[in-house]
Amino acid sequence: MTNCPTLIVTVGLPARGKTYISKKLTRYLNWIGVPTREFNVGQYRREFVKIYKSFEFFRPDNEEGLKIRRQCASAALNDVRQYLTEEQGQVAVFDATNTTRERRETIIQFAEQNGFKVFFVESVCEDPDVIQENIVQVKLGSPDYTNCNTEEAVEDFMKRIKCYENSYETLDEVLDRDLSYIKIMDVGQRYLVNRVLDHIQSRIVYYLMNIHITPRSIYLCRHGESELNVKGRIGGDSGLTPRGKEFAKNDLKVWTSQMKRTIQTAEALDVPYEQWKVLNEIDAGVCEEMMYEEIQENYPLEFALRDQDKYRYRYPKGESYEDLVQRLEPVIMELERQENVLVICHQAVMRCLLAYFLDKTAEELPYLKCPLHTVLKLTPVAYGCKVESISLNVDAVNTHRERPENVEVSRMSEEALLTVPAHQ
Amino acid sequence: MCLTICKLLCVSVYLILFVSWTVFCVRTCCQTQTGISQVTHYAGVQTFELPSVPQFCNSPTMIVMVGLPARGKTYISKKLTRYLNWIGVPTKSEACAAAALKDVTAYFTKEQGQVAVFDATNTTRERRAIIISFAKEKGYKVFFVESICDDPEIIAENIRQVKFGSPDYVDRDIDEAMEDFIQRIDCYRASYMPIDDERDRKLSYIKIFDVGNRYLVNQVQDHIQSRIVYYLMNIHVTPRSIYLSRHGESELNLLGRIGGDSGLSPRGQKYANALATFIKGQNIRDLKVWTSHMKRTIQTAEALGVQYEQWKALNEIDAGVCEEMTYEEIQENYPEEFALRDQDKYRYRYPKGESYEDLVHRLEPVIMELERQENVLVICHQAIMRCLLAYFLDKPADELPYLRCPLHTVLKLTPIAYGCKVESFFLNIEAVNTHRERPVNVDINRNPEEALQTVPDHI
Repeated sequence: MTNCPTLIVTVGLPARGKTYISKKLTRYLNWIGVPTREFNVGQYRREFVKIYKSFEFFRPDNEEGLKIRRQCASAALNDVRQYLTEEQGQVAVFDATNTTRERRETIIQFAEQNGFKVFFVESVCEDPDVIQENIVQVKLGSPDYTNCNTEEAVEDFMKRIKCYENSYETLDEVLDRDLSYIKIMDVGQRYLVNRVLDHIQSRIVYYLMNIHITPRSIYLCRHGESELNVKGRIGGDSGLTPRGKEFAKNDLKVWTSQMKRTIQTAEALDVPYEQWKVLNEIDAGVCEEMMYEEIQENYPLEFALRDQDKYRYRYPKGESYEDLVQRLEPVIMELERQENVLVICHQAVMRCLLAYFLDKTAEELPYLKCPLHTVLKLTPVAYGCKVESISLNVDAVNTHRERPENVEVSRMSEEALLTVPAHQ
Repeated sequence: MCLTICKLLCVSVYLILFVSWTVFCVRTCCQTQTGISQVTHYAGVQTFELPSVPQFCNSPTMIVMVGLPARGKTYISKKLTRYLNWIGVPTKSEACAAAALKDVTAYFTKEQGQVAVFDATNTTRERRAIIISFAKEKGYKVFFVESICDDPEIIAENIRQVKFGSPDYVDRDIDEAMEDFIQRIDCYRASYMPIDDERDRKLSYIKIFDVGNRYLVNQVQDHIQSRIVYYLMNIHVTPRSIYLSRHGESELNLLGRIGGDSGLSPRGQKYANALATFIKGQNIRDLKVWTSHMKRTIQTAEALGVQYEQWKALNEIDAGVCEEMTYEEIQENYPEEFALRDQDKYRYRYPKGESYEDLVHRLEPVIMELERQENVLVICHQAIMRCLLAYFLDKPADELPYLRCPLHTVLKLTPIAYGCKVESFFLNIEAVNTHRERPVNVDINRNPEEALQTVPDHI
């Protein structure tokens, strides 16, 4: 039963962070290479019931409403089946309240019939401040409330929550002891984990136990321009001459790679910093320290293959972007645990980290723009990440090479070198 | 090019101004949950602390075991200690209930210990309160690990495996001894107060129920506690064996060259076939086979005729500029590097290559998955096998790079009691020796002969 698809099922009252968790988990799994998709039943409901009137729709005695909600759940499960069986999906996240044992039993049977493993993720929270903040951050902007003012929306939403409360059956240690699940209590103060069955569930649990919602920002930048950058050479470990400046910080962690140019950039800040070997630039193997012109001259075939599939292409005796993502996973995990962090790294590494935070696909990742002397400030907001790009107003060479039009192995040198940025 | 000096200064100035402004904003409007404690990263990462910065480095952590006898506390303590030491976190296990807490202080302050595991029943709130207030006074963090189990079969098996070897029971009849031990447990039971989810909600702890069926995790404070929780949630006690083997002899092995990505020699191919026969003969249930991404391990696995999984993390140590050289060539071209490596083979990193310390870091996910799995055959390389073996046999960093992992020999590791039984199977196919002992003279100005004294024979 290896690699049978997994169905992750959220459980919890409204405004408990289920969609936040679903989207984040989906983004993480896709980034590490596990094809995952989320299915939000609320979306299905909005498509079916074009206009949301009020909480009355969710009243437990609203027969019409119940029927529609059941249909939406079925439609979503149908799409789940299609994704996991016909579209090579590996994990599906079924995002809905799923607050009754009966509903969950239906899902379990569905999974059994289709050969999917089920893992429940329940979020339990009674802190009114957290719930309030939730509502303000993500509910007020929802399509359901476009025509309401804040007070009306909040009041309606609170009543909506009430509709679920009476029939809510939380995952029970005894009654549900044969199920696989994690129960997250009070936004991560406490977790109950039951019957983790396999590797992917173990990774999911580890991830969920490391994320938090404390406001913070992550700053990503490359090292200051290096000598090799100037000469148009890739990789290497060239030097910069450091200067010092007084700077004391307690709250900001600074991370660098173990390559001179990031260390020297951090040294100039004169603050404690941590070196991570896994933040080292992509290993270009036999092409280390070459100019693109030299790669074209010496390895034209490799050069073309790389343009054909830049994400998976591995330099001979070197690495691929795909390898990078694998080695950066502990960095991402620790970034999730941390609060304010400045990561001074390299072009390919920064592209991988950025792709994680901004949910970019493997095709887009190797072409993300990460110019020198620019800091990207990432601030989690609602279900995503706000990006602010701050240019440090110091000139630098451009090191971004776009995908050329002709990626054929038989192409001319000029076509291969068309997009190489200028250098000395 | 000197423009870089000016540019760097400018970049730094702007960076400083920009970041300090934003941090000021951030500091005034956000509340940190975890206070000022910092996190260090282990195995392959160094932390730099400059004298001008307040010295609040990582507080040492006390892990406190809780639970009735025969609940696996010592098993967990020893295993956790072994794991933490292997990933580079200096850890010690204090097994004696009467072990003075001052020994813990000595370990943290004088021996640079990072984690101390307090292995005792610690079954009363009173006892735990003493430990908590001691830790608070010293600025140590405390993380409780409670093992709760009421399955009589598991407990009986526990007692059989580890208690009957104990001096207390050497001359006793098994049944009588079992009876006696169960009564011993009952003495604790009366006063046993498990960690209370309500009253103790401010404590950091993990409760393990029924050998890992269920876990309750409360208030994980930092990176190391998170790693500990992850580890504890991945280990199991189901009987199984792990088989470690190198690839069959390779073409480069014959030439005495290190690294590279060559194929098997004829003898190496013979070994692959012999390995297939051996494995079939072992009658292993549900065996998983893992290889690296390098030809020689893949070719070896191919002979088995079963599915195998390739792990890039199992690739041999990258010897950087010394790849595919003989030791003689390394001595000729890089005599200083060669000597430095002999001085500290664990931490030494080949120029543009890796160190054993780096290897451990990249092998950690392999170890984690090995813990999750049951029967596994890992076909890998000399340095890799040394790292894995060191983990299972609890070998320290200075011994690790000199562990003997000869070609054409399978090591079968079977966990028993608190450790690991090792059985070595040489499959009777001759192969070169690739083991180079530490020479007597490791000085950088030694003679070539002294440097090459311990190099094994090759073509």
